[in-house]
Amino acid sequence: MSECRVLLANADVEGIERLPVYEAHGGYRTLRKGLTEMTAADVAKEVLDSGLRGRGGAGFPTGRKWSFLPNDGRPRILVCNADEGEPGTFKDHYLIHRLPHLLLEGMILSAYAIGAGRAFIYLRGEFLQGYELLEAAMAEAHEAGYLGEHILGTDYSLDLCLYRGAGAYICGEETALLDSLEGKRGIPRMKPPFPATAGLYGLPTVVNNVETLAAVVPIVAEGAQWYRTMGTEKSPGTKIYSMSGCLERPGNYEFPMGTPLSELIEAAGGLLPGRRFKAVVPGGASAAYLTGDHIDIAMDYDSLAAAGTMLGSGGVIVLDDSVCIVSFTERAIEFFRHESCGKCSPCREGTLWMSQVLGRLERGEGSEADLDLLLDLTDNIAGRTFCAFGDAAVAMVASSVRMFRDEYLEHFAQQGCPLEKERVG
Amino acid sequence: MTEALRHQCEAIKRAYPDADSALIPILHALQDAYGSITPEAVEDAAQLMNLSPAQVEGVTSFYTLFHRQPHGRFHLQVCDNLSCRLRGSDQLLAHLAERWHLEPGAPSRDGLFSLERVECLAACGYAPAAQINLRYYYRLTPEKADRLLAELEDGKEASGERV
Repeated sequence: MSECRVLLANADVEGIERLPVYEAHGGYRTLRKGLTEMTAADVAKEVLDSGLRGRGGAGFPTGRKWSFLPNDGRPRILVCNADEGEPGTFKDHYLIHRLPHLLLEGMILSAYAIGAGRAFIYLRGEFLQGYELLEAAMAEAHEAGYLGEHILGTDYSLDLCLYRGAGAYICGEETALLDSLEGKRGIPRMKPPFPATAGLYGLPTVVNNVETLAAVVPIVAEGAQWYRTMGTEKSPGTKIYSMSGCLERPGNYEFPMGTPLSELIEAAGGLLPGRRFKAVVPGGASAAYLTGDHIDIAMDYDSLAAAGTMLGSGGVIVLDDSVCIVSFTERAIEFFRHESCGKCSPCREGTLWMSQVLGRLERGEGSEADLDLLLDLTDNIAGRTFCAFGDAAVAMVASSVRMFRDEYLEHFAQQGCPLEKERVG
Repeated sequence: MTEALRHQCEAIKRAYPDADSALIPILHALQDAYGSITPEAVEDAAQLMNLSPAQVEGVTSFYTLFHRQPHGRFHLQVCDNLSCRLRGSDQLLAHLAERWHLEPGAPSRDGLFSLERVECLAACGYAPAAQINLRYYYRLTPEKADRLLAELEDGKEASGERV
């Protein structure tokens, strides 16, 4: 089955990052339709009816998130979360580099729909090139009357601010992002209150991911019913799957939600020559492993949740039989140890402890009791932290012990990593 | 702080509806001007933002892109996270150590190059990925790294690649 490019339909068009080319391919026609032929409520209803779910990782229905804004007359803010940093995920990077105007068009439509007069794009600090591309795109959009005062001659005005963070994975968590945007250390806030009631500067705020906002354009252009013809009942539409790891042609591939994992792997060129499939991390480093039993699993929110893992941000990391699960898991937990903001003890201390235990297991210095210790640690972190980071940090660890216990045991038997020994010879 | 730098920072403050939001952008500007987050940069930021130096230190220490030591003219950030490791980031780092004497985190020996091992750069499909002065380079094999660094030595700028 071939790709189903909706968001990425024009991603390969030469010069599409410039306004004239984007317009020549239908760009900003949907904004005109939304602002001149539809009320804000019409746009919001279309998004609600489409069943679009947040593409940043949590999968919460976007239209419902918008509906939580209180009607109390306070100014509203839209924030685009472009702090992409989930290991295995690189779709927002691609969207921003290839289709900056699609993101802007989606943001302006979304801001109009929720009645926000002010919007921000929070880019991770490393996205300097993306910052420059968006800065240029915003200047073009302003010049053409798509941004700023009285957009397209209507009563609607939007002030859009571009912002670069400075390097911290946790700022992808929406309340940490808001703190960072207020000039603070990016540490998750206590919820409630949720951003819808008290977000940026205490004002009602919606935070949406890059891919989510981009998806608003085709939804408004073609309608909710059309969008629902793709994907599944509970996960409608298309998804950009970031395919990486042991594949012939890694890259971003857009398919309907619920496409079988095996088809995505095939689209990405299949496995490297002579290698066998071992496992997959289907939703970035925050997701639990799946093994070959699930090679045909439908890649949507509900099917993956039912299998004990998650779609997350759609970062699919494929591992073949040359990869040591213990070493790979140790690298993942090293990431989480490094990125823990330190606010909650279970996460701050637990990630350090898990990385120490996994380190000695990989070196063959651990014991079987360490496996029980690891599971005990994961039980004491999951669900016991302020934000979802704690749950994310334990998913690969807990699933690796459950699914690959033999591989851990082999490390004790051989007093070291069997695959490492094979490699070194 | 020079007048020009002060003007630049004041303009940043005006660009945000709430001036608090200007702290991180101002720190980026000061770091670009001074080469690192120097004690002077902390004092400047505190004065500009009407914060205590301790508050500014708290913010700078939280974010990995703010650094106390000056970098080389070309600062390499090599991703060593999951997907990049699967596609040879360890070989790349070993090669940079051997051929270019670049050790992660070490001060630049010649003022030209410095190296840092970084977490995921969101370029996993183009692994191993790296940035030089925050410009992306994709599928960075040791051979490609050699060509690139030699060009930079010869005076070329790090302009990055298109994804």
